Amino acid sequence: MTFLKTFVAAGLALLALLVRNVAFTGLAARIVGLAMWVEPILIASLLTICASRKWLDRIPYRLAFLLAVAAVAGIAWFFDGLLRQVVDSTVNPWQAMLWAALAAAGVLQWLVLTQQAREPALAEARLMALTARIRPHFLFNSLNAILGVIRADPRRAEAALEQLAELFRALMQDPRDLVLLSDEIELSRHYLELERLRLGDRLKVTWDVASCPHDALMPSLMLQPLLENAVYHGVEPADEPGAIAIHLARMDNQVRIELINPLQPGHVHAKGNQMALANIRERLMLLYDIEASLVTEVGENRYTVRITIPYRKQ
Amino acid sequence: MTALRLLLVDDEAPARTRLRNLLDDLAPQFATEVVAEAGDGVEALERVEAAAIDVALVDIRMPRMDGLQLALQLARRPNPPAIIFITAFDQYAVKAFDLSAVDYLLKPVRSQRLLEALHKVRQGEPGMATLQKLVPDGRRQLRSTERGRVILIPIEEVLFLRAEQKYVTARTAAAEHLLEDSLLQLESEFGERFVRVHRNCLVAVAAMAGYERAADEEGESEPHWQLLLRGVGDKIPVSRRQWPVVKALIKN
Repeated sequence: MTFLKTFVAAGLALLALLVRNVAFTGLAARIVGLAMWVEPILIASLLTICASRKWLDRIPYRLAFLLAVAAVAGIAWFFDGLLRQVVDSTVNPWQAMLWAALAAAGVLQWLVLTQQAREPALAEARLMALTARIRPHFLFNSLNAILGVIRADPRRAEAALEQLAELFRALMQDPRDLVLLSDEIELSRHYLELERLRLGDRLKVTWDVASCPHDALMPSLMLQPLLENAVYHGVEPADEPGAIAIHLARMDNQVRIELINPLQPGHVHAKGNQMALANIRERLMLLYDIEASLVTEVGENRYTVRITIPYRKQ
Repeated sequence: MTALRLLLVDDEAPARTRLRNLLDDLAPQFATEVVAEAGDGVEALERVEAAAIDVALVDIRMPRMDGLQLALQLARRPNPPAIIFITAFDQYAVKAFDLSAVDYLLKPVRSQRLLEALHKVRQGEPGMATLQKLVPDGRRQLRSTERGRVILIPIEEVLFLRAEQKYVTARTAAAEHLLEDSLLQLESEFGERFVRVHRNCLVAVAAMAGYERAADEEGESEPHWQLLLRGVGDKIPVSRRQWPVVKALIKN
């Protein structure tokens, strides 16, 4: 579409450029003359670009740019030649080609700039859409478990509801806000407490946060979805208690997050897991570009996720 | 009316507590007695060996054996219990339930819905046909009971099934198990995996390694063939009638 728009604008720009060379006397007649010159070039350019649009989109941008500009210049040269057989022209063929090419290049550049100016808004919208979602499975199971303990252990039920509230507060906050790593750890602990209510001793978690920079900033809800994956795919389907290990550490100017969970046959490639990981990966890319990374490792009986983000403080 | 005997199957202890609480509340309107509880499908099968039950309340997502597989196993027992499925949020399962008109409860379970489901259960559902629609792939394990203990044999480990006088045995590379199903039932259930090679024997297609000519019996003019299997030394005689089918399978 960019290229198509270019040539509507290019035509207008070309007209403007030519008009600047015209004396004000006899303007109307000159404009008609110029339109005869400009319009065929404009229409032919439009048709050419339109026909090759899909192809242009596929090749590298710089090449497409040069080809498009060259095409317009070529078309200008061709029509100028045709027109010259019918009427006298004030411009020479080289001049016509140059103007057409310059106009096309200029307008294309201008369009690219305006699109780049709009890009952050686009990225923001994508970020909003990528906000981590909690599995409905987890919500309904948790509510059911809370109802299950409410008579026998009202205090436990109260605590669980408080934790659920904290979790949903985090879910509903702006995904662009960075949070303290210590807050994210706290939230993850709330989440795991809720899972422990359901799963009891089947869920075992070890935290290694001794060398973790608690003042580091990170996107909210990055750790929790990973833990949710680990519980859903690694612990829940297992007939034996499953251990999840979380290591958080600072390495120079990076924060490294490592999460290990047992691997259950047939569960690691589940669609939900891949989606959650792709989601986190994209959020990392939008926020940190190439400074962050997410890798997964499938071992014989364990599954590892490693995330690296730049160490930033408030 | 006598109390309905119930089995509660859920891997989460609070979920079972919740069901017990609700059933206690409903007792004045609907008499029930929880005779057993289980944390997964395998445990549930062991419980039903020991106690007669009318209705099983079964969670779908459980380790070891899920609710649907459990239902298939339960349906094969004499006097199978009625089953009420329970699920938290499983779009796939819910869609399947709706399609096959099976009653199910959603977590968190509501008292009123539970009562309705119990009332419906008196009419006896779901039947075997419905379950087969619900789980088109059928059972993943065969069930054998040895000295009161339930043994589950993954279907892919079974090399052949053989009818011997009163029982059918399933042979795996490691052992031989007595089954309660008939060979005919097994053939109709696992017809894609096993092929009948003889009046009394089904062999797993994947286990067939080759064939050889059997020693001729006296008075036999035509040759006899027997199958060789992967992993075990057993040789399975092939009947003359089934030989063309078996031969074609091996050639492929």
